Amino acid sequence: MNKKKSGKIVGILGLQGAYQKHIDMLDQLSVKTLLIRYPEEIDKCDAIIFPGGESTTMSKLIDNMGLREKLKNFSGPKFGTCAGAILLSEYCDDERVNTLANVPINTKRNAYGRQIESFVTEIQLSNEHNHTPFPAVFIRAPDLVIINNDVEVLAEYKKKSVLVKYKNILLSSFHPELTNDIRIHKLFINLIELE
Amino acid sequence: MDKSKFDVKVGLAEMLKGGVIMDVTNSEQAKIAEDAGAVAVMALERIPSDIRADGGVARMSNPKMIKEIQDIVSIPVMAKCRIGHFAEAQILEAMEIDFIDESEVLTPADETNHVWKHDFKVPFVCGCRNLGEALRRIGEGAAMIRTKGEAGSGNIVEAVRHMRTVQSDIKKLTVLQDDEIMAVAKDMGAPFHLVKQVAKEGKLPVPNFAAGGVATPADASLMMQLGAETVFVGSGIFKSEDPAARAKAIVQAVTYYDDPKKLAEISASLKDAMRGIEISEIPENERLAERGW
Repeated sequence: MNKKKSGKIVGILGLQGAYQKHIDMLDQLSVKTLLIRYPEEIDKCDAIIFPGGESTTMSKLIDNMGLREKLKNFSGPKFGTCAGAILLSEYCDDERVNTLANVPINTKRNAYGRQIESFVTEIQLSNEHNHTPFPAVFIRAPDLVIINNDVEVLAEYKKKSVLVKYKNILLSSFHPELTNDIRIHKLFINLIELE
Repeated sequence: MDKSKFDVKVGLAEMLKGGVIMDVTNSEQAKIAEDAGAVAVMALERIPSDIRADGGVARMSNPKMIKEIQDIVSIPVMAKCRIGHFAEAQILEAMEIDFIDESEVLTPADETNHVWKHDFKVPFVCGCRNLGEALRRIGEGAAMIRTKGEAGSGNIVEAVRHMRTVQSDIKKLTVLQDDEIMAVAKDMGAPFHLVKQVAKEGKLPVPNFAAGGVATPADASLMMQLGAETVFVGSGIFKSEDPAARAKAIVQAVTYYDDPKKLAEISASLKDAMRGIEISEIPENERLAERGW
């Protein structure tokens, strides 16, 4: 942990997956990060990122390692990408994933198909006035199905919600951490500053 | 466009980091692997230790068996093709396999050339023993590298040798000046632009996983501490006395690889690991790691 300009600490769930890519993004924004693998580490964080990876693997480790209650009840901002979004959703169509039920959306795993259907495309972010498209990387991506009108859609792709916000939680079905575009991470950091 | 195609391939490898990829030979084993928390399964007809025992030509697995495994798990499914056997790779791609392992565990089909992996939409992983071999495979389009180890041996010594070699090859590159890199690229037999990139960044351009000989949680921890980003376990799980418990333990060992107390806890209740073979007992012409060029 280096000395960074903001005092806020963003925890990154470090059980499995692309957690290092999120740390690299936050380094660019001079935000302090802490890898979370033990329950007590959650208490030190002001916000938590749930990275991409395999949702079944992370779901099992969350339970086996006693992290479930603390992660579920953590009230600061949360950001879930791909598998991380599945973990934060109300309900997942795959019974093997035990979600934390923080956001009223249903997730469908691998909704776009197997790896051969993975793709990169450009999407528009609805909260921005400039219209520079965001390079969205979809890897065996889930579908985010909104079941409550309080969920705000920040980006769509082919009429599917791909970036959504609910209270202080941000979910994306794609991987902003795999690009060099820091806008979505910045958006998340703004949520922390608002707390 | 090609760049984004490659990014999507490497993207899946990124998602598999910090996990365990398990060899499975049928849908029951695939289920056990997934329940234990594997990030992916490798579908193959015979695990390496049985291939070693049975002899004969080892080929791509039967598509029917691969399909059964695809149907039962939701995690990515990988499968192996023979080195240079692009027709097997085409079939695996048509089956929408998530990752193809062009593997020395199977009998090579081409003793000069590997598959030109850029032609495929499906990502490939390839084995290596040193940096030159890793960069040749990446040059051909591999989106993930794994050190070879000695598959089916239950002995970690070769995996350690290969991982240490790759890491030390990388370290040596980082202290070179620009005018020294061409000569090194020539010696390594590796593409110049990749050698230059590694010299500059101090790491491989794609994720680097470990394979070949992992049998215990401690083995998994060792490989992670040596720089592996994920661990492949082949014979180690289903040749042990307690596959389900061992699979779960190795998954946890990869997450907590740097916490010896936790590793002691994780390992405590396990029964016997697979027996394992001393490498010198394997005749040189039967050592799988020697395959690949």
